[in-house]
Amino acid sequence: MNTHLCEISLTVNGEPVRAQVAARRSLVDFLREDLGLTGSHIGCEQGFCGACTIRVDGQIVRGCLMLAVQCEGAQVETIEGVSDSGEIADLQDAFERRNALQCGYCTPGMLLSAAQLLGRGGVPSRQAIREHLAGNYCRCTGYHAIIDAIEATARARAGEEK
Amino acid sequence: MKIADDLPPVLSALDRPNSYIGRSVPRPNMARLMQGRGQFVSDVALPRMAHVAFVRSPYAHARIVAIETGKAKQADGVIAVLTGAELAKVCTPWVGVLSHLKGIKSAPQHAIAVDRVCWCGEAVAAIVAQSRAEAEDAAELVAVEYAELAAVTDPETALDPATLVIHPELGDNLCFERQLDAGEVDAGFAEADAVVETTFLFGRHTGVCLEARAIVADWNRGEQRLTVYQGTQAPHMMQNIFAKHLDLEEHQVRVLTKDVGGSFGIKVHVYADEMATAALSKLLDRPVKFVADRLESFVTDIHARDHRVTAKIGVTKDGRITALEIDDLTGIGPYSVYPRTSAIEANQIVNLVGGPYTCPNYRARTQVVFQNKNVMCQYRAVGHPVACAVTEGLVDLAAREIGMDPVEIRKRNLVADDAYPCASPAGLKFEKLSHHQCLDKIVAMMDYARLRSEQESLRKQGVHRGIGFASFIEVTNPSAAFYGVGGAHITSQDGATVRLDAQGAIQVHSGVTEQGQGAEAVMAQCVATAFGISIDQVRVITGDTDNTPYGGGTWASRAAGIGGEAGWQAGKALRQNVLAIAGIILQAEPASLDISAGVVVDADTGRERISVSDVARVAYYRPDTLPPDFQAELVVTRHYVPKAWPFAFTNGVQASYLEVDVETGFVTLLNHWVIEDCGTVINPQLVDEQIRGGVVQGIGAALFEHCLYDEAGQLLNGNLADYLVPMAAEMPDIAVGHVVSPTSDSELGAKGAGEAGTAGAPGAVMNAINDALAPFDTQVTAMPFTPERILKALGRV
Repeated sequence: MNTHLCEISLTVNGEPVRAQVAARRSLVDFLREDLGLTGSHIGCEQGFCGACTIRVDGQIVRGCLMLAVQCEGAQVETIEGVSDSGEIADLQDAFERRNALQCGYCTPGMLLSAAQLLGRGGVPSRQAIREHLAGNYCRCTGYHAIIDAIEATARARAGEEK
Repeated sequence: MKIADDLPPVLSALDRPNSYIGRSVPRPNMARLMQGRGQFVSDVALPRMAHVAFVRSPYAHARIVAIETGKAKQADGVIAVLTGAELAKVCTPWVGVLSHLKGIKSAPQHAIAVDRVCWCGEAVAAIVAQSRAEAEDAAELVAVEYAELAAVTDPETALDPATLVIHPELGDNLCFERQLDAGEVDAGFAEADAVVETTFLFGRHTGVCLEARAIVADWNRGEQRLTVYQGTQAPHMMQNIFAKHLDLEEHQVRVLTKDVGGSFGIKVHVYADEMATAALSKLLDRPVKFVADRLESFVTDIHARDHRVTAKIGVTKDGRITALEIDDLTGIGPYSVYPRTSAIEANQIVNLVGGPYTCPNYRARTQVVFQNKNVMCQYRAVGHPVACAVTEGLVDLAAREIGMDPVEIRKRNLVADDAYPCASPAGLKFEKLSHHQCLDKIVAMMDYARLRSEQESLRKQGVHRGIGFASFIEVTNPSAAFYGVGGAHITSQDGATVRLDAQGAIQVHSGVTEQGQGAEAVMAQCVATAFGISIDQVRVITGDTDNTPYGGGTWASRAAGIGGEAGWQAGKALRQNVLAIAGIILQAEPASLDISAGVVVDADTGRERISVSDVARVAYYRPDTLPPDFQAELVVTRHYVPKAWPFAFTNGVQASYLEVDVETGFVTLLNHWVIEDCGTVINPQLVDEQIRGGVVQGIGAALFEHCLYDEAGQLLNGNLADYLVPMAAEMPDIAVGHVVSPTSDSELGAKGAGEAGTAGAPGAVMNAINDALAPFDTQVTAMPFTPERILKALGRV
């Protein structure tokens, strides 16, 4: 069986982590099962749904398509980290006002994807927001409210009145 | 607590100074979900917890000759390997039939297949190990010898004498059949100036909840109790079922449901692998966890629709519909799903076709046949998307045949808004619907005349846009008529217990469940308003059979209309009890007092007299100051079940505006509008978001979603790469408006809103595509409307 153990050192949400992980362990399994960071979710394990979206060295990745051992020396940020830091507080507030989540299972991934788009600055068009989220599946909302919340956040950050 | 300001409040007759009814109050559970602090069953980890993986059949139909488990038992981390026969000793089989569905039949289904597998994906062995990965490793070491049998995979030939009978003891492959003949159908067709007939196909599809089905079962031998953490819509129903099939009393079973990552009807049924997980926990005396992976979800989560409906409409030159006739055929799985059965969708189609219209002449037949494919059962809007698309497709065909505008033919045939109460030809009873108001409103909202002129000018440039309408009715707030009368232990009533704590805040325990639709917010709104307290002083607890009133949970759009009314009544009763205590303290008549924003006030002047927290303090800590013959009661339970009507029907209309690229067959959705009438709107924002989410699920059925099987019964696209779901880039913005016709069955007057979006969207999109294709004198009637199917209709491939 493929249970070869590797030692890795990385930073998760600003905290140093040193762990022994199976070589086959995915990043999202490592975060959820070894570190108890259950905010990153598993939807398809094939990279299509975006529920496991995680930030590694500033870029969003699919936690199901990356192995934990690939994160040696990396800065890993999860929904727990970006929530605690307050980095996306305005976006979360917009999601709440607009009811841009229902079951909430896609939401951590949706927020991290949206944060990446918002980080580029400016006010993207609704269609640009929709296309940016093309890899994040939401079965509940129909997306309209999510687009509204992201657009409102972009406008507020750009200093526009909505 | 903030009040969302994105949507204007809807005024309601129930407005009080501190009313939350009709206001867009944010849901209390959103912050933790956004912070990654949800509590999904997938996240649950218990001491000594083991994980189960299943060996699943690669064949659609086969005899199990032998199962060799020796190697798997020796594998790293493996705790136990069990087959169907071993599990059958602790978990009895079930049969998915109900007595009110006359003639329905099915065969016993086991938690794990015994001797024979009947669909590709049915479990044949369970491996319990220290981790899911180790269980999956060991599953590969289980050797199963199969003798393949002929697979029954075409509904059209399922009843032919030459076709193998899946369950010989049943005599044939017919699960259920129903016929209806109302009015004078033959005379109706005879008086028609035009009769149009066509066949509609509805693709098999499924719910694709983002969180797959998940369960942790924990049998505690010391307590002789089974605690089940389960992502389910109906905890009390599952309590009954676990007890019944694991030889326990209901009080020995506790079902806990916290956050559920999507359900939509998928998580309201009994699944063999979940029953197996509970049985394994009982056998092994330890917690066992099962989380379906995405591939398992596709081959085991219930599928739905998969109907072939041949349909006919008669119409006069002046647009009067004279007769409707349908013949429906649906191929379910090898078993009728327990306990709700797999015949409800077909039964609903017979009930619902023609429902919005006055035509009294209606004939219908449905046949439900067994197949060696994954099971089918009730999924969001059960039967409505099929019935609506058939009806609305026929109406548009009739309009085109006589050269009438689709809005005009609807105006001439929809039941008049002042005709209620009335009944449909199928016997559905309507208390108060508003088809004409809804149609007028959507025509104005979408600026129909402008769209028609835009469509005409674009056609001249070779751009083909279409406008499609779908009027619909929707079953909500079901009474016992749905399941209880058929013998199912599924309750239609629901309860709410409200408790005033010692600081004057309120806890509500409710039997409905939260799936993200906002049931907890709605419950808090109802209780806060009825009692007279700020909503941030109300905490709602759901999803715990030990600690909530016995209730049905969430299905058939019942949580707000039924659960909310129970909360409303409980809040009112607690208010009376608090006023009784306050009356003693203040030496005042309770009837002269009121509660506003958590303070007891004089009812006539609003003058503040004593805070609710002070009343609670006296009742709990200084009962000695109250009269000796008085007992304060600060916990109240109230229940509610709809009584006057079997169902609270809602209604509405949807419209789609889209563009068909006649070179590629691609459809671009441009706009979608919905006007719906769910009675009193408790929370406008939540209602609108239910509608929008439902519409997009309906669009998925119309354009993308299809569980494709080959002749051998193999699912060809059981993953998210090949099974297409609606994603953000392809979806339109969706405008939602309301007409309000409250039900008089409850004080709140709220009907359900969870399924109307899904009910109407496929029909609206289909009609819009066919409107766009009209210049080519062709049409599509087989969902999903893929580019290939559209190009075929255009004769281009």
